[in-house]
Amino acid sequence: MKPLTTEEIRAVIARGKLRDTIFKALGVFCLALALVVIVALITDMVMKGSERFTLDFFLNFASRHANKAGILSAWVGSLLVMLVTGLAAVPLGIAAGLYLEEYAKRNWLTEIIEINITNLAAVPSIVYGLLALGIFVYQFGFGQSILSAGLTLALLILPIIIVSTREAIRAIPAMIREGSMAVGATRWQTCRYHIIPYAMPGILTGVIIGLARAIGETAPIITIGALTFIAFLPPAPFMGEPAAGLFDWVMAPFTVMPIQIFNWTSRPDPAFEINAAAAGFVLMAMVLSMNGVAIYLRYKLRKNIKW
Amino acid sequence: MSANNASDLPQVSDRLAYNAMRNWKERLIEAVLFGAAAISVLTTLGIVYVLVSESFHFFSNVSIVDFLTDTQWTPLFDDAHFGIMVLVSGTLVSSFVALAVAIPMGTVIAIYLSEFANSKVREVAKPILELLGGIPTIVFGYFALLVVTPLLQMVFPELPGFSLLSAGLVMGIMIVPYIASLSEDAMRAVPMSLREGAYAMGSTRLYTAIHVVVPAALSGLAASYILGISRAVGETMILAVAAGMQPNLTWNPMEPAATITSYIVQVALGDLPHGSIGYQTIFAAGLTLLLITLLFNILGQWLRAKYRENY
Repeated sequence: MKPLTTEEIRAVIARGKLRDTIFKALGVFCLALALVVIVALITDMVMKGSERFTLDFFLNFASRHANKAGILSAWVGSLLVMLVTGLAAVPLGIAAGLYLEEYAKRNWLTEIIEINITNLAAVPSIVYGLLALGIFVYQFGFGQSILSAGLTLALLILPIIIVSTREAIRAIPAMIREGSMAVGATRWQTCRYHIIPYAMPGILTGVIIGLARAIGETAPIITIGALTFIAFLPPAPFMGEPAAGLFDWVMAPFTVMPIQIFNWTSRPDPAFEINAAAAGFVLMAMVLSMNGVAIYLRYKLRKNIKW
Repeated sequence: MSANNASDLPQVSDRLAYNAMRNWKERLIEAVLFGAAAISVLTTLGIVYVLVSESFHFFSNVSIVDFLTDTQWTPLFDDAHFGIMVLVSGTLVSSFVALAVAIPMGTVIAIYLSEFANSKVREVAKPILELLGGIPTIVFGYFALLVVTPLLQMVFPELPGFSLLSAGLVMGIMIVPYIASLSEDAMRAVPMSLREGAYAMGSTRLYTAIHVVVPAALSGLAASYILGISRAVGETMILAVAAGMQPNLTWNPMEPAATITSYIVQVALGDLPHGSIGYQTIFAAGLTLLLITLLFNILGQWLRAKYRENY
């Protein structure tokens, strides 16, 4: 092969640099496209929905008249379902993560559980809805209630919480455990007084991300039979005639924010588009602020922890 | 139980009793924690049990050959046909459109972030991508139907109000963050010495990225693509809102069609009596969906094992 002259080498280098620059531009373009989609989505919803951002919108029930319809039953429903989801998923997720990191022996049983959790994360959410329809709604007889919905979403986000718990626990150095065990603490005492408190911020990040995912989920809730048109609230404890019990609300029929939006987008009357835009913005604001808190928490943690 | 001076120290027998109780309590706690971990296995068993048992009733009424070969899906009509191909075609077409957007875009973003961008850009870009991944799918559905479809109709005037194309494009945007962030992790795990070797030989950044880093990270990239495929196949709300819900055996993305997931939503919205054939079809459709995603997961694990490189 003939050696290249200086000009040819310069040309080769220039070509390489040009390709680098072009690719860099392509990368920035793709990232910008992602940003444009977020901005377009939010601007569109704000512009279309702006006229509906009144107090009435939050305090009115769904209605046949687009300009009177509100999201009261939807956001109350979403909050109550999240409450059940959180109460079920958080203790279960932390316990499962703790077991796998601190207790589990390396054997086939542990391996099955671990493979299982990875695979569950890839199961489509609507399949969880079918599971819940078969088991919670009909087998256990919970009906089409807040309880069924909350438990379904809890199962759905359990893998997220377990994985983040495990990661948080794994980041704690072994000397913390050794120190605790050396002064005679049992395994549980070590977990209770050292591991869980130190891992808490990381666990919290996972919990928030999981709940943010759950609040936006629609498919599994539709499958278990959430109603799309509800003009009443679940019974508040000790209110009404006859007085409702403390936990009567968990068995009540319900609707949630995403279903309200789905209902409005699927109506032919374009007047409901405005409502869908406004409700979509409210839902986005809820989800994004939760995600924002989680990102901030993680960012702050990374800076503060020094073992 | 606390002993501050020698005279208060518990007797040996007391201490043994205390230890025994302590051990017992420890075992109990371990059992409870194990129970929590076992819930995940129970969930899987529950899914398989529900889908298989309901599908079993379904297949005792409908032959499995009809299910796989019939070209019509009209389970709720008097002249009922149960050809799952119709729903599978919608699912595959929409997934294909989504992946045609998500895989190139996600890969370019990942290469850019891991090989070109400085740490400041990365610190800003990653949370933005995460926000994109966190947007509820119903909001994406709204966006596809009421923003993207009208935009596309300016370019293709014959595009109907519901189409697999606009749903697929938006679904692609939704999947980009998953592919970008997993691929980036995989490429960052490639040891620096490989890059330095390439740079020392006079390679440009792009050449190093494509010929050294990407092949070394191939197993991770494959895993991220497989995850993207699973997401696309299982995505529900974008399709239910923007792709229409009419069963339609088509390979043309410009047409409206139902997917497996949007069919399930459609049936669940009506009230079919528990135990009717229409009610059982959603479990048969769900089982098909689960088998498809399972297939891709197995493929993914096989790919990961095959192309894994150790350094």
